[in-house]
Amino acid sequence: MTDQHRLAAEALTLAYGERAVIEGLDLAVPPGRITAIVGANASGKSTLLRSMSRLLPPRSGQVVLDGRSVHRLPAKELARTLGLLPQSPLAPEGITVADLVGRGRHPHQGLFTRWSRDDDAAVAAALEATSTTPLADRPVDELSGGQRQRVWIAMALAQQTDLLLLDEPTTFLDVSHQIEVLDLLTDLNRSRGTTIVMVLHDLNLAARYADHLVALAGGTVHAAGDPADVLTEQCVRTVFGLDSRVVVDPTCGKPLMLPIGRHHMAPVAALHGDRGTARS
Amino acid sequence: MTADLLAAPAPAAVAAVARGRRRRASRRRTVVAVLAALVAVAFVATLVLGRTVYPLGDVLRVVLGGDVPGATFTVGRLRLPRGVLGVVAGLSFGLGGVTFQTLLRNPLASPDVIGITSGASAAAAFAIVVLGWGGTAVSAVAIAAALGVSLLVYALAFKDGVAGTRLILIGIGLAAMAKSTTSYVLSKAGAWDFAEALRWLTGSLNGADWDGAVPALLALVVLGPVLLAQGSRLSALQLGDDTASALGVRVERTRVVAIVAAVGLIAFATAACGPIAFVSFLAGPIAARVVGPHGSLLVPAALVGALLVLVADLVGQLALGTRFPVGVVTGVLGAPYLVHLIVRTHRAGGSL
Repeated sequence: MTDQHRLAAEALTLAYGERAVIEGLDLAVPPGRITAIVGANASGKSTLLRSMSRLLPPRSGQVVLDGRSVHRLPAKELARTLGLLPQSPLAPEGITVADLVGRGRHPHQGLFTRWSRDDDAAVAAALEATSTTPLADRPVDELSGGQRQRVWIAMALAQQTDLLLLDEPTTFLDVSHQIEVLDLLTDLNRSRGTTIVMVLHDLNLAARYADHLVALAGGTVHAAGDPADVLTEQCVRTVFGLDSRVVVDPTCGKPLMLPIGRHHMAPVAALHGDRGTARS
Repeated sequence: MTADLLAAPAPAAVAAVARGRRRRASRRRTVVAVLAALVAVAFVATLVLGRTVYPLGDVLRVVLGGDVPGATFTVGRLRLPRGVLGVVAGLSFGLGGVTFQTLLRNPLASPDVIGITSGASAAAAFAIVVLGWGGTAVSAVAIAAALGVSLLVYALAFKDGVAGTRLILIGIGLAAMAKSTTSYVLSKAGAWDFAEALRWLTGSLNGADWDGAVPALLALVVLGPVLLAQGSRLSALQLGDDTASALGVRVERTRVVAIVAAVGLIAFATAACGPIAFVSFLAGPIAARVVGPHGSLLVPAALVGALLVLVADLVGQLALGTRFPVGVVTGVLGAPYLVHLIVRTHRAGGSL
């Protein structure tokens, strides 16, 4: 589990029809760390993630896993190394949790290989890691949004990949479930060394949970690195077109972005009164 | 939540997972075995029952090649091909239907609803009545038409990807066109007898013979395994294209192989016995109801399809006084389910 896989995008250009979404993007995913990708709507975050997991062939450039282009790797071989949880996966009507998690074993099974003890062990471990063991026999349709998301993560875990890509794993979840999911992913990274790449909407959660923050703008990487260096007022202005203040989050010491709108703002003097805590 | 995910799962937990899986698998095996047994019983009933009822011993002797006065002709020449074609067509319709329903993720998207069966039927009727063709040529035309209709439905429904509802509505339109073509062709054939006409309109096993049954059987022997080999990939596709791809399924290739195999099965079966109404539409959902959502639905749906055809044919022949073609009976069964499905989708807030 600890041999580290290297995933990188090289001069990657991605397009839907004529419209290029990503142009000439270079990105190296630090192995064994958590990378979060942020950016405005339609900045190509999900497109980039889909291409990194072979779902979208590049117009030019390539995505390289351990020196080989992912679009040339055999599908199942890739699926044993790199897993992806898409934004809205579909659960067949009435499927039970254990059954759905078991589907994550597909890349480990051949046409004629029977279900093995390894498969059972992987499913049990995935259920345990996501605290979904008590739900194993329940139909997925009956679960709450937070439970369902944990089940999908369990399916991705059962795939036992060293790299896990997640497209907005916290959408549609309330704040406590968002934290629960991100804590779980952090546990996974810390204990197994799984490399995690996720697209996140919430800039502050991204800055808190990521070791490596990537901000996309204009179809390419605007800034990448330690969240403390990436998440600045200047960066928020370029990436989101938004004025903001960035302060130190008193709970974790990471940068915290406070948006500045046109209403409900304190007088200007007070706003700039304590510059000392800001990182700009 | 434990922070140590490196720990191997407790043996008890692994055992629980294995137990649950075995329980689901054994339920599935039981259901499949029961369905197979029912198909066998219905098949034997097709051979035994009729205007004259022959004892099982006579039937067995005829099937094994012996000579029994009377039974040799009735059972050997009439009922045996009829029963075999019933099983083969039912299996083919069931397999083809559930494949479409799985790929398009919509129970309404079965080949008989979206015009593929009707297209094959119209082409077969045209080839026989107008061109005076027979045998293999008819099958070939039916297959070409089925593929053509599938491509047409797909092309007309394509706009930034294929949306299920649009594809189904376009398919229903094409099905109506194909059916009126069939009616027109049949009205042109003066000497055409009514029973034969009904075969191309609703599907019928009347007049089934080996010439018709053998090509459909060969198609099933060749294409059935091709489709079954896609079983686990089709199950992965139920989770969405992206998830399936992330699980190592080549989505496009799987889709093409599965659709071509399904269309081939449907077309050969239709060329042999006409578009038996609603069998491919009903088989998948009934199978899903009986086995539950565990594993691939291909085999259960195929068996349900065969059972539907055989039982409906027995009902049509024996229970109603007049000898109705099998498609009339399955049509009566299928229509209420179609209404139910549309009402339910509507209540659930779907767009169709």
